[in-house]
Amino acid sequence: MTTPSLPRKTLPHRTEARRTPARRAGLRAGSALLAAIALLGLSACSPAAPQGTEAKTLKVVYQKTDSYTALDDVLKAAKAEFEAANQGVTVKLEPIQANDDDYGTKLALSQRSAETAPDVFYEDTFKVRSDVDAGYLLKLDGYLAQWDEWASFTDAAKAAGRADDGGIYAVPLGTDTRAIWYNKTVLQKAGIAVPWQPKTWDDILAAARRMKAADPTLVPFNMYAGKATGEGTVMQGFYQLLYGTGSTLYDEQEKKWVVGSRGFTDSLQFLKTLYDEKLAVTPAEALDANVWKRVFGEWLPKGRMGATVEGSYTPSFWQKGGAYEWPGYTKDMGVAMFPTQHGQAPGGVSMSGGWTLAVGAKSKNPDLAFKFLSTALNRKNALSFDVANSQIAVRSDVAADPGYQAANPFVKDVSSLVGVTHFRPATADYPRISSAVQEATEAVITGTQTPAEAAAAYDAAVRKIVGGDKVIEK
Amino acid sequence: MLSPERRVSLGSRRPGVIRRRLRLLPVLPSVLLLALFLLAPVAWSFYASFTDVALSGKAARDPSWLGLDNYARMFSEPGFPLALWLTVVFVGASAIAGQNILGLVLALLMARGNRVLSRAVGVAVVAAWVLPEIVAAFAAYAYFSRDGTLNQLLGLAGAHGADWLYAFPMAAVVLANIWRGTAFSMLVYRAALADVPADIMEAALMDGAGGRQRLFFITLPMIRNSIAGNLMLITLQTLAVFTLIWVMTTGGPAGASTTLPVLAYQEAFKFGDIGYGTAVASVLIVVGMVFGVVYVRLLREAKQ
Repeated sequence: MTTPSLPRKTLPHRTEARRTPARRAGLRAGSALLAAIALLGLSACSPAAPQGTEAKTLKVVYQKTDSYTALDDVLKAAKAEFEAANQGVTVKLEPIQANDDDYGTKLALSQRSAETAPDVFYEDTFKVRSDVDAGYLLKLDGYLAQWDEWASFTDAAKAAGRADDGGIYAVPLGTDTRAIWYNKTVLQKAGIAVPWQPKTWDDILAAARRMKAADPTLVPFNMYAGKATGEGTVMQGFYQLLYGTGSTLYDEQEKKWVVGSRGFTDSLQFLKTLYDEKLAVTPAEALDANVWKRVFGEWLPKGRMGATVEGSYTPSFWQKGGAYEWPGYTKDMGVAMFPTQHGQAPGGVSMSGGWTLAVGAKSKNPDLAFKFLSTALNRKNALSFDVANSQIAVRSDVAADPGYQAANPFVKDVSSLVGVTHFRPATADYPRISSAVQEATEAVITGTQTPAEAAAAYDAAVRKIVGGDKVIEK
Repeated sequence: MLSPERRVSLGSRRPGVIRRRLRLLPVLPSVLLLALFLLAPVAWSFYASFTDVALSGKAARDPSWLGLDNYARMFSEPGFPLALWLTVVFVGASAIAGQNILGLVLALLMARGNRVLSRAVGVAVVAAWVLPEIVAAFAAYAYFSRDGTLNQLLGLAGAHGADWLYAFPMAAVVLANIWRGTAFSMLVYRAALADVPADIMEAALMDGAGGRQRLFFITLPMIRNSIAGNLMLITLQTLAVFTLIWVMTTGGPAGASTTLPVLAYQEAFKFGDIGYGTAVASVLIVVGMVFGVVYVRLLREAKQ
C-alpha cells in the first residue's frame, strides 16, 4: 500500500445538536445505503473465479511516439517470440504516447498501486535509483546470475542499473553520447574548413559569428535552454558546458551538490552570449517544447542551421523509416566532439544516458517477467533496437556485429565519445535539481536575470531542495 | 383522489418518517457518487498536503508527516505568490470583467438588434463554447503563435506582429478565455433579460427615463440574481482552467502565465512532489470556496 489512507481523526465531526429530525433520518438512511454499497464493493473486489494456472498475462509498459517506434517494433517481435516459447502466457503491450517527462509521470502513477503496476517496463537510467528507493523495481541479481547472456554486457552497462544497495535492478537497452552535429555545406559557405573540430568555447563562438556574418538569416549554433525542452536542455546543452569547465553538478565522493562554482556562472554566460548575439534560435523558439522537431525536421536538413548539440541517436530521425527521412544526411552532416572551456584535458566532453528494461516489484509473475525481459534484450532484439534507434550498443556481441557498425557513418565517432562522457547524478533529488538548472538557463536567455543572479538563485534553490548540509562550495 | 394515499399512511406506524426517507431515495445514488468521486479525492488531497508524499524516491514508499511545512514553503518561494496573483488577474480580467461584461453587452444588443444579425452573432459566439476545451486551446494557440493567424493577418495589413505567446502570455490566455467563455454569460443574460417585464420598462419610459437610467435602475437590479449566479459559475470555472493555459504557454515563459492549477500540476507531476502540489491545490479549493460563499451571500441578499 503506497497510498496513505485517511486517518480517522480528520473525518469531519458534525454537531449533533444542529441536525433536524428530517436530516437525521436522511443521514441514517444514507449511512445504511453507504454500508450496503460498501459491502457490494467488497464482494466485487474479491476474485470472481480462481485464475487458471496457465492463463497468465504480463503487462508491459513503454514509451512510443510518432518519432519513436523502435522500441515498439522490438517489443512486438519479442512478444511473438516469447508467446511461442511460453504457451498460455499472454504479453499485453501497453505503449504510452507521451514525451519523456510525461511518460515518467504516467509510469510512476501506475506503479503506486499493485492493480495498475506493470510487470515489465521501460525505465530511464537516471530514475533507477530513486524508483528503487520508492520500491517500484524488483532486484534482479538472482535472475541475472542464471542468465548466461549477462556476461556479454559491458561493465558500464551493468552499472547502469545498479542502486545504492549494490544490487542490480534494471538492464540497459543501449546507451548514448552527445556531440556537435553540423551541416557541412553551411560551414563551408561561411569559409570554415570541414571536418570541423572546435578546441575551445571561443572556437565555437568564432565559427558561429562567421556563419552569421555570411548569412544573417541562419541559426549558426544551437544549444537547448529553458524548461520547455526538459532534460534536453541540460543533457544537450548546459551540462556539455558545465562538465567542460572542470566543475560538476554533484560531488560523488562527498555525496554533496556543488554550489557557487565559477563554472556554473561561466556556462550560463556562454548561453547568454549565444542567445544575445542571436547565434542560437530565438528565446521564444527555445521555449517551445517542440523546437527539437524543427531542428531535425526543418533547419538542419534545409541548411538553415549550422550546428546543434544533440545525441548519438540523431541519425535515427533521418535514416530510412525515421520520423524526418533525409537520405542526404550521411553526406551533408558531420559530427564533432564538444570542446572543454579552454581546451583543457581531456579535450572534450559528452553526456550519457540511456534507457533500460526493469521488472516491477509488485509483479505477480516475476519469473515470467524476467524471462520476457531477457527475450526482449537478447542478441537479435538488442541489435535491431540499437540499429533502428541509433543507440550505442551495450552488449559486446552486438557492438562487434557488422550490421551494427554499418548502421550509419557516425557509429564509430559517437561511440568513441564514451571515453570523455559523464553521467547524471541519479539521486532521488536529481529531477528537482535539473529543473532548477533549466530555470536558470531560462532566466538567462530571456534576460530576466544575469548569469550571476541566476547562479545565485540556483544555489538558493539547491539548498532548499537538499538542505544546507548536503551542499559544498567549490 | 386523496383517499388511497391516506389509507396507506394510516396503515403505517410512522408515516412521516418513512415517507420522508423514501423521498430521499432518488438523490442517494448521486450523493454517494459525489462522496466517492469528489469528496474522497478532496479529502485525500487535503491529507496529502500535510505530508511529503512523492512520485518517486523514499517518500513514495513511506511518506512522512510534515505538518504545515508545505504551506510555509509556499510563501518562502517566489513561484506561489506569483501564481496566486496571476490567478487573480486571470479570473478578474477574463471572467469577472471579460466574459461577464461582454456577455451582458452582447445580450443587451441582441435583445434590440436586427434578428438575423443577432442570430449570426449568437452562433459565432456559441461556436467557441461548443468546442471541446482542448480543441479551443489549440485553435487559440494557432491564432496567437508566432506564425499564427493573427500575425498572418497583421502581415497582410503590412504590420509586423509580435510573438504574442512569448511577449504577452497573460494577455493571450485572458483573451482566449474570454473568447471561449463569453457564450455562457451571453446565454444566461439573454434568458434573464427576456424575463424583465415589458410593462415596467414601459412605465419607466413613460416617466421619461433615458436608456442609461433604464439600464442601471431597472434592468440591472432586476437581473441581479442572474448576475450573481453567473458570476459564481464563471469564476469557479475560470479558477479551474488548466488545458487552455497548458496548451498555449505551458505556464511560461519563466512562469509568467503559471496560474495555481498549472503550478499544482507542475509541482505534483513534473517534479513528483505530490505533497506540495496538493497543498497548492488545497489553496485553490479554499479560494474557490471563498468566492462561492461571497456569491451565495450576494444571491441571498438579492432575494430579500
